[in-house]
Parts: sequence; C-alpha cells; structure tokens
Amino acid sequence: MFIINCPFCGERDQSEFKAGGEAHIIRPKQPTELSDDEWAEYLFMRKNIKGVQFERWNHIHGCRKWFNLVRDTSNDEIKAVYKMDEKPPTY
Amino acid sequence: MNKNLRVKRGKIIDETYRISFQFNGKTYYGFQGDTLASALLANDVHLVARSFKYHRPRGIMTAGSEEPNAIVQLHDNSDRTEPNVRATEIEIYEGLVASSQNCWPTVNFDVGGINNFLSPLLPAGFYYKTFMWPASFWEKYEYFIRKSAGLGKSPTKPDPDVYEHRYIHCDVLIIGSGISGIIAAKISAKNGFKTLLVEEKPNLGGSTIYQNSDHFKINNQNSGSWLEKEINEIKKLKNLEIKTRTSVAAYHGYNFLLARENLTDHLPIEQRKDKTRHRLLKIRAKKVISATGSIERPMIFDNNDRPGILLSSSIKRYADLFGVACGEKNILFTNNDSAYETAISLIQKGINIEAIIDIREEVDSKLVYEVEKNNIKIFKGFTVTDTSGYKRINRISIMQLSKDGQKVIGSKINLFCDCLGISGGWTPAVHLFTQSGGKLKFRDEDQTFIPDNCPSDQLNIGACNGDLTLDEILSNVPQVLKNFLNIKNTEYANLDIISSTNKSKRNIWLLPSDKILGKTKSFVDFQNDATAKDIKLALREGFRSIEHVKRYTTTGMGTDQGKLGNMHALGIISETADAKMGELGTTTFRPPYTPLTFGTIVGRNVREFFDVFRKTPIHEWHTDNKAEFENVGQWKRAWYYPKNDEDMHQAVQRESKAARESAGILDASTLGKIDIQGTDASEFLNRVYTNAWSKLAVGKCRYGLMLNEDGMVYDDGVTTRLDENHYIMTTTTGGAANVMGKLEDYLQTEWPELDVYLTSVTDHFATISVCGPNSKKIISQVIPDLDCSDKNFPHMSFKNAKIGKINCRVMRISFTGEHSYEINIQANYGKSVWEKCMEAGNDYNITPYGTETMHLLRAEKGFIIVGQDTDATMTPIDLQMDWIVSKKKYDFIGKRSLYRSDTIREDRKQLVGLLTEDPNEVLEEGAQIVADISKSPIEMLGHITSSYYSPNLKKSIALGVVRGGKNMIGQKLMIPMENKNINVTVADPVFLDKENKRLNA
Repeated sequence: MFIINCPFCGERDQSEFKAGGEAHIIRPKQPTELSDDEWAEYLFMRKNIKGVQFERWNHIHGCRKWFNLVRDTSNDEIKAVYKMDEKPPTY
Repeated sequence: MNKNLRVKRGKIIDETYRISFQFNGKTYYGFQGDTLASALLANDVHLVARSFKYHRPRGIMTAGSEEPNAIVQLHDNSDRTEPNVRATEIEIYEGLVASSQNCWPTVNFDVGGINNFLSPLLPAGFYYKTFMWPASFWEKYEYFIRKSAGLGKSPTKPDPDVYEHRYIHCDVLIIGSGISGIIAAKISAKNGFKTLLVEEKPNLGGSTIYQNSDHFKINNQNSGSWLEKEINEIKKLKNLEIKTRTSVAAYHGYNFLLARENLTDHLPIEQRKDKTRHRLLKIRAKKVISATGSIERPMIFDNNDRPGILLSSSIKRYADLFGVACGEKNILFTNNDSAYETAISLIQKGINIEAIIDIREEVDSKLVYEVEKNNIKIFKGFTVTDTSGYKRINRISIMQLSKDGQKVIGSKINLFCDCLGISGGWTPAVHLFTQSGGKLKFRDEDQTFIPDNCPSDQLNIGACNGDLTLDEILSNVPQVLKNFLNIKNTEYANLDIISSTNKSKRNIWLLPSDKILGKTKSFVDFQNDATAKDIKLALREGFRSIEHVKRYTTTGMGTDQGKLGNMHALGIISETADAKMGELGTTTFRPPYTPLTFGTIVGRNVREFFDVFRKTPIHEWHTDNKAEFENVGQWKRAWYYPKNDEDMHQAVQRESKAARESAGILDASTLGKIDIQGTDASEFLNRVYTNAWSKLAVGKCRYGLMLNEDGMVYDDGVTTRLDENHYIMTTTTGGAANVMGKLEDYLQTEWPELDVYLTSVTDHFATISVCGPNSKKIISQVIPDLDCSDKNFPHMSFKNAKIGKINCRVMRISFTGEHSYEINIQANYGKSVWEKCMEAGNDYNITPYGTETMHLLRAEKGFIIVGQDTDATMTPIDLQMDWIVSKKKYDFIGKRSLYRSDTIREDRKQLVGLLTEDPNEVLEEGAQIVADISKSPIEMLGHITSSYYSPNLKKSIALGVVRGGKNMIGQKLMIPMENKNINVTVADPVFLDKENKRLNA
C-alpha cells in the first residue's frame, strides 16, 4: 500500500485516496465537431503501460482535491506529485 | 501406559507445572512450555494425521510453522473450534482438546486409507481427467468430491472471541529473533531508532538459543549462552518494542506489513474471557530488516512420509528446547553437516543414535569427526531407498549411491529404527522478501534462492539472506547493518568466534531407488500428497511452466504453501526438463505466510460495525410505528408500515390507495442534496444536466437528468433555484456520494474557470413529502402563513416558509404524480414536523408510506428509477425521454455520445410499459421478454425492470426494456416462466394521468 504525498495535505496512507485513471486527457472543447472515432479515442482509449505512468488521484477521504501523480507501474515508485494546474515533470 | 520420552529438562520447559490435555479423546500430560507436538512426542505419539489424498498415516514432521502434516482440529463441536491448527505451533494449556482431521472413523483406522492402495488410479490431474464427462454427471460427482475435499471442519457457531486491529509506525521493523534479529534489534535500538522486533514463536533466540556445543562459541561462551545475555540486555532497551507470538503475514509495498499478534491462544479457555484473541498489526516501517531464518529441506526418497520421519533440525529442537526424544532408535539421513549438530545434541543428552546415513562420500568436518569419536556408525555415500512401518517407521533400507548419484549399487542393507531424521540442507525463508516485490537470485553452490534486489527500503540478514553458518552471520550482519542504518560502529566488530565452517553438501533432488519410479511414493508436497512421480508425469504430459505444474499436481498448494518441498519440485522439474534452476523461476509466494482466521482479518468490523448504517432524523418514528425497513445504499429506509397482520402486498395496496385518494406522507430525507453556489452555477448546471437551466426563474424547480460522458443515464433529481446564484440539487439516495464526486471532478479538473462551490447537505435537512388530493389542506394547516394557492404556489415551484420560528423550504414537486409538497427543514426538527403533519392529516386519513408504495406510485405514473429501470446501457432516448435532452445546448456531459453509431441504433433496448392479458397476473421483475418461442434458441428481447399490482388502476402494470420497443406499442409479446407463458401487450410507460391533471389539481 502506497504512501502518497498529497500536494495539499502531505504524506497520507493510500487508503485515503481514490485512483482516477490516466492523467492529461483533456475533454475536447468542441465535442460536436469530432468524428465517432475521434470521440471514441477520448472516451475509451487509455494507456496501460509498464513503466512511468501519469495518473489522476483524488484525496477522497481528506481534502477531496484532485491532483496528478507520476508512478512507475513496474515497482510502484511514486516519482512526483503535482497539482492539477502545474506543469507535468518530464520522465 | 505410554512411554515417557522426556529425557532431560528442556530449555523452555517448566516441569513444576504439569498440564493435562486431550488428543483424539485420550488424556495426556505435558509441561508448561510444550507445544502440542512436543507434548505428544514426549508421550511417544507420532501418528497424528492422515494425508489429504491417500489418507496415509502421517506424523509430526517439523517443529514450526512449516509443518505440513500435524494439523489438527481444536475443540471440535464447540464455538471455539478451529481447523488446520499446526500442532507444532499451538502451545498446550489446561483443557486443550485436539483431534486429528481428514480421517474417519479414527486416525488409527481410516476408511479413506483405501485411497493409498488405489493410488495408481489417482495420478496428478486425476480429477481433471476423470470427471470431465459426461458433463451432465458433474452434479453427482461434485457431491462426492466435496465430501472428500477440504481439511478439517469449519466452525458453524458465531465466534465468541474478540479481535482487533492496531496501527504501528516505527523506524525499524525487525522480523525474526534469531541471532541475526537480536543483533539487529540491539544495534537499531541503541542507535536511537524506534524499533519493533516481532517473533512468531513464544520465545526469542531462534535456533541459536539452545545451541550448547563447543563447536559454536562467541567470546569463549557457547553461542546459546552468549545470545541469552544479549536478549536480557535488549529487553531493557527503551525504544525497542518486542512482540512474541507475532507472525508477519504479509509484506506489501512501501514497507506496509500485516502481522498477527496472538494474545490468548496459549491460555486456558476460562482465562480468555474479556481478552482480545488476536491483534492484526498494520505496521508501517521506515526500514525493514528481515531475519526470518531458513527452513530445513527434507530428502525425497521412497516412502519418506511415515510417522517417525522428522526433519533432523526439528529432532534437535525437540531435544534441546523441550527435552523430548523423538525416538529410542534414531537414524539420521543427511546430505550436509547439520544432521551432525543434531547427533551431537542427542549424544549430549544420552539419546541413542543407531546410525547416520550421509550421501556424501567424503567429508572433512569437525562435527563428523566428533560423532565418529562416539562410535556412531556412519554410512558415507549411501542413500535410503525405502522405509517400512505403516503407522510408525520401523525399518529403513539403504544402498550405496553410484559416483554420479544417479543410481544405487551394491546390496541392500536393512536398519531398524523408530525415528528417522532427514536433512536436505537449508532453504532461506524468502517468502516475505518476494511478497514485497523482491527478486531472487539462484546460488549454485548450495542450490538456494537468495534475495537479490527489491524496491523497498529493506535488508535481509542471516540465514534468510543465505548466510547459514555462525561465522558468516557474525561477520556479515554487523557490517551490513552499519551501512543500512548509516551508523559508524557496532559493538560486534571484534567478536572471537568458533564456528563449524564446513558447508559441503551433495545435492540430489530426487534420490535414486532400486525400484522404478512408477512403483515409488516419494513425497514432495506432504500436505497435498504430491509425489516426484506426479511432477514427472505433469512434465511428460507437456506442462512446462512451474506455475502450471504447481496447479496440475497441487504441489505447494496446501495450507503450508509448500514451505518444505517447493525447492525439490523445482529441482525435479529442472532435472527432468533439462532447464537451469535459476531460469525456471519460483512459484509466487502469496500472503499470508501462515493462515489467518477470518476473525483476525475483520477485527472489530463485525455485526453492527461491519458496515455503518445511516438513519434519517425521523427513523425513530418509523420504528415506533412498526415500519419494516429496507437497505438503500447505507440507508435504512422505511419500506412499508404493516397494520395488524398485513403482509407487504396488503400494506402497499392500502398505502398507495390512500396516497391517491386522500393523503400520504413519505420520509424522503435520504435523497442526496447538494448546495450549489457561485456566479457560474447556472452555466455549471447547463453542462452537467441534459436540459437547459439558464432560464429557470428564481423560486422554480426543474427535473434534471445527468449522463455519463458515454451518454448513459447516471442520475436524476429535482434542482431548485433558490436565488440568482444559488441552487439546491437533489440526487438519488444511492447516487449522492458519486454524483458529488463526479461534479467535483469536473469542477476541479475540466472547468476550473467556473465560479461554483459545491457542498453536500444531505444530512443537514430532513425531507418530508406530503402528497394526495388533501395534501394542500394539510400543508396549509402545518404552515398557516404559506400561500398554497395554485396561482402563487404552482407545481414545480418553491417557497421559503416558517414553521413556528424555524425556517424551512417547501417545494411543490411530485414523484407520485399527485399534488404534493416537500418540506425541507433542519434535520433536528424533522421528527417534530413529521408528527405535526400526521396530526394535521388525521382528519384526512394521512397514511405514511414506505419505499415500496413510492415505487408503485411512480411506476403508475411512468417515472423511472435510475438503477432499477436503467443500467449503465440506457440513454435518455432509450428511456423515451427525448423531451429532456436539449437540442439547443452546445454541449453537456454525454451529449456527443448520444449520436454515436451505437447509440442511434433503432434496435436498442428501450423502456416500455407492459400490460398482462390477465389483469391480475403480476410479472416477475427480471423475467425475460420474448416474441417467438417456436424456434430455439429463443431470442431474448429484453427484461422486466419494475412490476406491481396497481390498486388504483385495478390491474397489473410493468415497465421493461425491449429491443426496438419504442415502435412496438400495441404488439403482443410473451414472458416465458417456468410453468407457463404469460401474454403481455407493449404499452406506453405512463399508465396514469398522462395529462398531469392530478399534479395540478
């Protein structure tokens, strides 16, 4: 079970958090102008990689804030945690 | 009279404290400090169990948690009964009652023993191969297989014990209190680290604590006495907490570990009252030091499972620690030096050793020379080929090994014995290391897997790290600890060590025999009765992966998880398949290391604490008025209020009639309520609901439907505009938390520019819904100042009001199709306002109704319940609710998905009403809807989602989803049931008052 460093509250147990899937998938500004395939790409297609992955997490049993987290899925190492409006670090 | 094999005072035995206990109905005596196994052995009882598959007689084989055979049932037929308890771990107490399992009628005479003679018919994969056909016979097979499957009997009564969970945070956790663990604990605690030391056994010191030999000395004292002094010292250290009888079950990522602390299992039952039995420790450690030691390997030869065959190190442990001789005519069989340590211990205690069989041809070792000096015959280069003795070993056959170890040569020699100690070398206990994500490497010289690298901050020391001799441990452990804990010096730098350093070993995984393999039973997994033959068969049949071989042969799948035999299984696979051990990998080590009872896992979360339940502020009134309750999410909701002897059907008919004919009252406090404020609140609602919100006037209410981004209906409810920038949204009872979470998600991540604030106020308000033709009169009486005229307070509007001095909000909204009002008031006034309404409604036969009547009333009106009439595949179009989907709005959540190629299909399942031919026939919810039953397979068109008998319409009504149903109004369909087919007609889903006359009445 991870220890996650919430950017608002500090280090907390994973049981306080909820995972929210892949990060940096931006909701299209004009969905009506997208083809079925383009919309499906946004709606359904998610990566599931072995290695460094950018993820959304929510401190659901704490401050209830959403933030992003960089995790190496091969060993669960959390490499970085940053707020929604912050630039993602490069890995 | 039993023999007494207690030879000399054991190290932890208190002979002044005699304890009586029962095993298989017979009373025995042991002493304080005994385990059930040591006490039975002292009484010369070896036969304690029958094996799982062949029902072969089995004895105690080890002295620890790795025990595969000696698992017993405690206190059979009582509420404290427990199966699969290892006799080698349970400490005896006055009144202990244990019995053998997996045998009938007794362990001495077991009918299942016939399986042993049928064994040629029971090869690996027997069940998979045999019970495959005919498929229709499976039910018959299953009955018999189930009867013979499983170990022990589960308790059937409620567990009388209390369990709890505790969080522990420490700087350093040390697992295991052998010499390595004790040294680590002292160094860690003395250097200021908050340290926790856990030990699965009742005593500290591992196997060194009973070492009393001139061959193992530290600073001129024998290693056992030296360690005892160290232990006495660390017990005084302030920042060291020591927990014995505490077994680490699981090692998860980020140094999160679960351990079971056993608090009362060693106490007489009458002393356990009001005490916690087990404590599940949830340990978060900054650093973890594993000193889990190693487990001795058995040897794999024909009939290596008879009672009286023990691991050689266990014989030593029983002799040294418990003062028990495992036999009077002992033979040791080994491939390494450890058996000679056992021999020296036995010699010291005057226990007879008949011979030692050593498969090594030449050995240059101090230990061997000492044993030879004592005139004990050592057969070097020999192997055991067979044993005899059904319920207790009485003879072994030995033969000389060929130079290459592949076969036996010469003539057979028979030796008589009553106990055989086997030693196949040592397997580092790396279970927890691999659970934590650590990777192993294979060490060729002694054929062991040892820790390589791991993701967490941990260190493996001593035998579990492959340091198997005293000198290796004492020179390596302080050194690696210095680096790991980042400290300059330890007090262990200049120890004067005498240790036997001979590590020679002749490793033969499967020992040869004069018989062909097919005629032998060389057990690899003792608990699951998997033999070397089975493993070879699996390979012959094409299994290659170790994980597949494991499942096919069940090797390593017992409650002991193959702690003894897994390495041999790997070895045999590697030799047979000609693959390198290091490349084969191992099977996965999974938690728990030793089994946990369910009580330990759930702790205090039982009965009313299993899941919280939520009560409305009016709950007490409902219970006082004999309501039956139903669970909705975590809520307890009044379901119906039976009068006299009414059943649910009768109560619901009465309640729903009253609601339509005069007045009904419902506790709707469980509906989710979200307070929405901010200058962009209207825009926000526009984006989350399918319909338009900008033009909703202050003081008006509107029904909204919320979709997921995939276009499927997610939630619904009425939202009221309280002020220019202030709304109150209601959600479904079950969906409240998820809706709140989803809205927050969009606000924080997609639309952070919106000025909107959400607050969950579900618990802040009590909600009372009064409906029916007389509801207006009742509300006017409860709130005299409220202008209830239809002109000033029409349907779908809201007013602030006061009941006495208390502010409340009154909405004219309806989920029943009747003229109705909803009072929202501060939660703590809920009950008194409810009572006021009841009083005011007295003249109008105001009738409290529960969720069941609510469901019926709304179904008459064709209102959907999200989650009952919808699942996650229904769009608003499928629900025939096109009217609520705004065509004008540019975007809202899910809009784009409503015209994907899949969602615009005409033949999607659509919500329709269904009327039965016979108006009294009520359909079953969930029943399938078909059109044609003449050809098979019958095509399923849909299913019933809601079904009731409507007393107001005097007929049965149902809602259902039907493929292409929208265009089938008037068409006849069929509901095939077990005994009959029910004819139905597709109808409009609104059954009552389509013109909304009643709403506005």
